[in-house]
Amino acid sequence: MTGLAALPALLAAPIQSADEVFDPIATPDVEWSAVLPLLILTGAAMGLMLVQALTRWKPFDGFYPLVTSCAAIGAAFTTWPLWERVQDADRGPYSVLAGALGVDGFALFVTVVICASVVLTSLLADGYLRRENLDGPELYILVLLSASGGVLMAGANDLIVLFLGLEILSLAAYVLAAMHLRRLTSQEAGIKYFVLGSFASAFMLYGIALTYGATGSTNLVEILDFLSGTALFDNGLLLAGMAMLLVGLGFKVAAAPFHAWTPDVYQGSPTPVVAYMASGVKAAGFAGLVRVFYLGFDTFRVEWQPILYALALLTLVVGSVMAVVQTDVKRMLAYSSISHAGFILMAVQAATERGVEAVLFYLASYTFLVAGSFGVIGIVGREGDGKHQVDDYKGLAKARPVLAVVFSLLLFSQAGVPFTSGFFAKFYAISAAVDARSFPLAMVAMFTAVIAAFLYLRITVAMWMVDEDDEVPDKSRFPVPVGAGIALALCLAVTLGVGFFPHVLTGPAADATAVLVQFPG
Amino acid sequence: MSSTLVLAADIGFPLLTASILVPLAGAAVVALMPKRRAELLRLVALLFAGSTGAFTVWMLAAFDRGDSGFQFETTHTWIEEFGIQWHLGVDGISLFLVVLTGLLFPLTFVAVTPKKDPKAYYAWLLVLMAGCIGAFTALDLFLFFIFFEVVLVPMYFLIGGWGYGDRVYAALKFFLFTMFGSALMLVAILALAFVDRDANQPEVEQAEQQLIQLEQVAQQQLAQGAQVDPQITERIDELEATIDEGDQLTFDVVELAENRAETLQAQQAGEVVADPNADSWNPFDWTAPKWIFLAFALAFAVKVPLFPLHTWLPDAHTQAPTAGSVILAGVLLKLGTYGLIRFGLYLFPDSSLFFAPVFLTLGVIGIVYGAVVATMQKDLKRLVAYSSVAHLGFIALGTFALTTQALQGSILQMVNHGVSTGALFLLVGLISDRRHTREISALSGLQKSAPVLAGVFTLVMLSSIGLPGLNGFVGEFLILAGAYLTAKWWAVVAAGGVILAALYLLWAYQRVFHGEPTEEDLDTPDMKLTEFAWMAPLIGVIVFMGVYPKPVLERIEPSVSSLVQHIEDATDFDEPDAATSGFSGTIADSADSADSAGTSDGEVEDGDDPDDGEGE
Repeated sequence: MTGLAALPALLAAPIQSADEVFDPIATPDVEWSAVLPLLILTGAAMGLMLVQALTRWKPFDGFYPLVTSCAAIGAAFTTWPLWERVQDADRGPYSVLAGALGVDGFALFVTVVICASVVLTSLLADGYLRRENLDGPELYILVLLSASGGVLMAGANDLIVLFLGLEILSLAAYVLAAMHLRRLTSQEAGIKYFVLGSFASAFMLYGIALTYGATGSTNLVEILDFLSGTALFDNGLLLAGMAMLLVGLGFKVAAAPFHAWTPDVYQGSPTPVVAYMASGVKAAGFAGLVRVFYLGFDTFRVEWQPILYALALLTLVVGSVMAVVQTDVKRMLAYSSISHAGFILMAVQAATERGVEAVLFYLASYTFLVAGSFGVIGIVGREGDGKHQVDDYKGLAKARPVLAVVFSLLLFSQAGVPFTSGFFAKFYAISAAVDARSFPLAMVAMFTAVIAAFLYLRITVAMWMVDEDDEVPDKSRFPVPVGAGIALALCLAVTLGVGFFPHVLTGPAADATAVLVQFPG
Repeated sequence: MSSTLVLAADIGFPLLTASILVPLAGAAVVALMPKRRAELLRLVALLFAGSTGAFTVWMLAAFDRGDSGFQFETTHTWIEEFGIQWHLGVDGISLFLVVLTGLLFPLTFVAVTPKKDPKAYYAWLLVLMAGCIGAFTALDLFLFFIFFEVVLVPMYFLIGGWGYGDRVYAALKFFLFTMFGSALMLVAILALAFVDRDANQPEVEQAEQQLIQLEQVAQQQLAQGAQVDPQITERIDELEATIDEGDQLTFDVVELAENRAETLQAQQAGEVVADPNADSWNPFDWTAPKWIFLAFALAFAVKVPLFPLHTWLPDAHTQAPTAGSVILAGVLLKLGTYGLIRFGLYLFPDSSLFFAPVFLTLGVIGIVYGAVVATMQKDLKRLVAYSSVAHLGFIALGTFALTTQALQGSILQMVNHGVSTGALFLLVGLISDRRHTREISALSGLQKSAPVLAGVFTLVMLSSIGLPGLNGFVGEFLILAGAYLTAKWWAVVAAGGVILAALYLLWAYQRVFHGEPTEEDLDTPDMKLTEFAWMAPLIGVIVFMGVYPKPVLERIEPSVSSLVQHIEDATDFDEPDAATSGFSGTIADSADSADSAGTSDGEVEDGDDPDDGEGE
């Protein structure tokens, strides 16, 4: 919590010029419009908490997801004027809060992605919580808070702010993992996630400290300035700092070898929460990775690029190979999310504008893919959220044909079949790698995509290719709630829409450049 | 002919786009129809497939046979940033494959009734049809890749959902093998596009430097209060356009091929062109195009399939439903051989030449190996599947022999194989529907109870063997004659394969149709009139193309000649003249006239040839 203590001082510091010394309270000049998404998300969380704590009012069904979705959509919409301003050639990206928070296309894009993941999660959670008898505002509050941490990370121009965002994001996520009170595995997932996550955060903090030691600042702009203007005779301290930062962020995005928590946590956590962890948390993690390494340590590209290259390679292989040997669908998709992370890492290691664009495209399309997939898994899991074996999907096509079609499309998209968003996500990631001349990595990525395809096919086989005499599961045991229905329709629409007209997403992704801007103060 | 051509050009009807979208729309309609009425479903599906077939026939009629370039072209921008276009076109190489696709699909709709769930069955087949036509007509590499991938999904569901026995295993194996190939191809496509762009980079850099200088001049002029010289502004615009163009990626096949040929010609002329990839990871010291070609070729070799990547084929063929086998053999495998010609030879003339011996050898191994393994099969369908391996070996041989004759033969043989093997699968389907077994040992003396079936089977089988007068002979002969010029010993071994083909098919025929029938065999009903009716068009094609292949060959010839010319221009390859290569007898004489006019190939086949007569 050193971060919290440092923040006021940090925010205030650049403002204190000579004539302000006598001013008893030096408040930083805040551009409120720039932090509006953050305020809306946290405000909605606080509001829900207060309503729950102070009133006896029992809200109608669907009140919480409605408020949560509205807040997230609202937060996403407030980025619109900011986006206009950032895209304006005369004004461009800028930074606020004494240079702690950057407002650029990249941050805004990731903000919208995280908001989308909040909307989907809340829609999926509605029916799920009622089925599991867990109804209450807690999950929504935590998701909103966690998302605000993610949004903070996406715009962080300062390592301390990045760490703050990461902690807000993670602490809420730890609790979310343990949300299912009556499932022991959920508790176990929460504890595992918490212990390992704190460990990773500690690494990260140490990394920040070392970087501060090496460069004399925690501000990414100043770090970049320092590193491009100074030739370090001994860069051991900085390299150690970079490595530790990479461990901390690598843990969040589930890059091998820091991925070991993923299958266990995904398997145990409530399914809608997994949808959030695989989409929102991952997006925030990658945003942090891009900001710190691609932007902050830009001049040290030669040092970190090979490391990311190796991480991407390992992540791809581990994710796909381990996915194939699983029998639990949640674990399968946990490993498959690791292999997707490998694809995104491959785009990050390209360290080009094309690479960042591919990262954003991948994050945006994957959010809908994975949320939809886990949405279906949550429904098929039936009461108790425990039916997750591949065999539990046998005959789904007969019992609920529409659900099976949706799931198949989402899975085929994850496998990268053309005319789906997943195909273009892979295509852009590969093209970024090929453009950066990482041919072997691109090859390995495609091979692992084939290996991973096997696992998606296994699930479709179970759903569709049943024999005449196999028994069909009783469809009344897994009804599709309204919220989940809307979420799945959304996911499918985006998956196919982007699959046919990728430019609706490539346009914004290409405009969403990531830059570091000096605070004018 | 010219009037129909005008017709097509005048109304500006997007024939190719329609041939892709109509079956897709059909699939959507079928998917939305109620499940109960199977007959209606079939009728609607047939309507959509049939009208697509009609489009392809229209295309055939309006095709200008003197033109070696692409016809019926349509171009629309799809993804501007990557320069990806909806670019379709047909030339002599793809024309007959498109027509084959357009006709074979409706035929299977008529001929085969699915054993369950007709709705999904017809919907998948229609999607498959759209994908196949798309892949044969796409002139944008990216678009081609998409169609190439898309056909996997319906085929996977067709094999897995309506197949026999170990269908899930077969479906998975099919999907993963082909996807493995296309995984390589995607990287190759991207690498090709980026290498092509990087080739412009010296030019772009030069333009950028000039631009900076000119802008400085313009600013100086402005600073002095004077107007900027209009010539300078003009030049600046020009330079900016050059830079934009140079940075733009393209996936257009024609453009890429021409750029590549230009580079090669420059290299041949002695101009040193720096290889932008000289410093990249490169263990064999091969240039980037060689690697890219290998990736492409491997992807297509899986699809063809060439030995030793063929292991998915027997499983997929055997377990697939009859319609699936027909389409798989008739159309899908051609994607591989077509790809080798269109994207292998055309885009990489030098690399094709470099690796030709490898592929010739694999082709010949395929011919002999496929034949030997087919001989040993106990299952009739598996036997036909292995015969495909042998036939496609011939096509690979003809492709990499790189002579006009052999290439013509290859393309013709693609169509022939589609027709003959498609018909064989249909016939085997008939037998297995009647007897619920395809074991050769369980059948005997069928000709007693089913003489018509036996007769039709004989004809189709003889076409597959390559009997003169039937279509198979024309293709195989052209391939062997053409290959003899550049790949003598490969052609000699391949000619032996013709004998083996006779061996395995005749032996199978003998065991199934001759011999002492059991009681069960005697009860086997003969072909019904309706069944004969849908076999008749196939038989008609088999005989017609055997007797009079000229209309087909004269449409293929211009495109093939220009392809060979393209290879000759770009490399030091020189197509040997049949007359001077020591190839004696009637062939040399007729090849002379073939070379000059290029239309007299019809006579060539009619001439009796001592080299190949023994095969029949």
